[in-house]
Amino acid sequence: MAGETIDLSRRAVEGGFADPVFDAQAVFAAILRAMARPGTVVDLGHRAVPPAPLSPAQGAILSALADQDTPVFVEGVGEALAAWLGFQTGARLAHAAEARFAVVSMFGTVSLERFALGTLAFPDRSATLLLEVASLKDGPTMRLSGPGISGSTVMQVSGLGEAFLEARRANRALLPCGLDLILTSGTLALCLPRSTVIEEA
Amino acid sequence: MYVAVKGGEAAIANAHRLLADRRRGDRSVPALTLAQIAGQIALAVDRVMAEGSLYDPELAAMAVRQSRGDLIEAIFLLRAYRTTLPRFAASRPVDTAKMLIERRVSATYKDIPGGQLLGPTFDYTHRLIEPEMADNGIVAEPERREPPETTAAPRVTDILGDEAMIEADGIDDGEEPADLTRSPLAFPASRDLRLQALARGDEGFLLGLGYSTQRGYGRTHPFVGEVRIGEVEVEVDLPEFGFPVTIGRVRVTECQMVSQFTGSKSEPPKFTRGYGLVFGQLERKAMAMSLVDRALRADEFDEERRAPAQDEEFVLAHCDNVQATGFVEHLKLPHYVDFQAELELLRMMRAERPAEADSGDDRASEKEAAE
Amino acid sequence: MSEPASPEPDTRVVQRQRAVSAFAQADGQFLADAWRRLGGDRAVTTLRGPEVGLVMVRGRAGGGGAPFNLGEASATRASVRLAEETVGHAMVLGRDRERARLAAAFDALWQVESERVAVETEVVAVVEAALAAEDHKRRSETEATKVDFFTMMRGED
Repeated sequence: MAGETIDLSRRAVEGGFADPVFDAQAVFAAILRAMARPGTVVDLGHRAVPPAPLSPAQGAILSALADQDTPVFVEGVGEALAAWLGFQTGARLAHAAEARFAVVSMFGTVSLERFALGTLAFPDRSATLLLEVASLKDGPTMRLSGPGISGSTVMQVSGLGEAFLEARRANRALLPCGLDLILTSGTLALCLPRSTVIEEA
Repeated sequence: MYVAVKGGEAAIANAHRLLADRRRGDRSVPALTLAQIAGQIALAVDRVMAEGSLYDPELAAMAVRQSRGDLIEAIFLLRAYRTTLPRFAASRPVDTAKMLIERRVSATYKDIPGGQLLGPTFDYTHRLIEPEMADNGIVAEPERREPPETTAAPRVTDILGDEAMIEADGIDDGEEPADLTRSPLAFPASRDLRLQALARGDEGFLLGLGYSTQRGYGRTHPFVGEVRIGEVEVEVDLPEFGFPVTIGRVRVTECQMVSQFTGSKSEPPKFTRGYGLVFGQLERKAMAMSLVDRALRADEFDEERRAPAQDEEFVLAHCDNVQATGFVEHLKLPHYVDFQAELELLRMMRAERPAEADSGDDRASEKEAAE
Repeated sequence: MSEPASPEPDTRVVQRQRAVSAFAQADGQFLADAWRRLGGDRAVTTLRGPEVGLVMVRGRAGGGGAPFNLGEASATRASVRLAEETVGHAMVLGRDRERARLAAAFDALWQVESERVAVETEVVAVVEAALAAEDHKRRSETEATKVDFFTMMRGED
């Protein structure tokens, strides 16, 4: 027992940003760019090495953006990850409905029932979902349009599942409320804010 | 409409330089040290910490020095500083029953366990300026007396509580308390949010409101159940430890104000309570806070809300002196274009008036003024 | 995975809790001197901080009711690792980075079995005694201001 506890606490203090200020700034700037230009793939590198099931990109995003004021929900979270997030970000783990960041394995219409969508007065009080996919560069082509996109652009993502487009349509109908989504794959990330329209190309 | 106007840079730079000079004053007089400020005008520092909502005596002393003793300016500096820092955690609620007591008095019970401890109080001083304050004489060490073994000094309200003559503390339902530094004030406000706002509210504003309740604006007949000042431990649960740790101590002042309640359909007559808790040694502020806290609980006791102190939107929206000073003081900043627009409007309105109406009115008002 | 040699986990947690609280309240110069004696020339690797931030201090309505946010206090935290691989943490009120770093180093040193007794006797016990002495002095000064009521007899009864 004691041995496991020590291993756990040792794991928690490792795999964080080597340079907390500049790494956090770099990740923040990359996510800002990706949110402002939906469909853009950014590489966040191996700045963070989080325990499973987080990918390096998800670890970097949570290290940069999550803190004591942003409860985090992680599907299938284990003790090692809970300890890591606690030490690295100060964020506490929370139920889906309370979470400001949520690491999920799918995005469907059920997501709109589980997570905070914001309110008309405070649409920002909504969750940002992090979804790991098989690839951000190779998959069925989808057309993106909306704010931040001149005309339209495309993304090729594999592993989104069938209910994805329907859920996105339902999400967009909630504007200005709704969920923001960050797709990740390894060290890469692509942002799909709630305002982005996604269609089959 | 806002129009950017340039040309003030040199004036502003020179004004700042002049400010620095005036702040320093006569160079032949030694400059104030932070230890002098924190140690010898400690209650000003306490006020800056309480209303700046940041416990850090050294920083507060720096702010007092930087602001030349303008405490609201110092509070503003502390508030600005705190926005630059990450919040690591929230503490466990401090336990005032375990306070290292430096002063503790009750106006309701003479013989309270632990006794009436006057501490370093201004009460019973003659309020005559002491000539010794003009020179640097020797100050005697305080008397000492062996304290009792036990450090327990139960809160007076707990004593009354045992007889069920006073309302209970209320229940901790495990909810995270509201935080006005994280989400904007919304009304109706919960008591936790009100207490936070009052704890950082302006002492003068709360004092005036508290006074108004005594004079009949929101009738109460309060007694100080207890005022206590002293240090409490700050305990924090940190994920890296897995157990709570004490990270240090802060000095606080707590006031339990007890007031009568004649009862309602569902409740027998009993004493109700207002609560005050502030950083530092700030007895007046804690007392005023507890009066206003009680007044704001009017709905809980089916009391009619008629007085300003009972109006939570009025109290909470105006008790913050940084907000208040920002809005009042911004009026001195350039409003040249605004004012031009109003001037134009007035000219237009005058031009449209028939000439005879004007002259008649003017004469009448001149007459009134003369009378 | 049980370790029969060490005391029951609860006792150890309570001991470390006491120790960490003592490190957090120790004087910075005292910690620096004690580290020179007890820490030797061990490598102390910084894992996090020392960094200054805030702790929201809470109170309770009425003293014992529902919690509310009283105001923040400045705090500094640090996490370090020693050559022995033990990881130590600290959070201390105020903005003294070096004091926080040393407090974390002592937490790590306390976890090294062979050093614990020395840390307990030369740091934890000393800090606790100093705090107790200071508290006693302050309580004595306050006690001298206690009102000794006496009642004057009035009337016939």
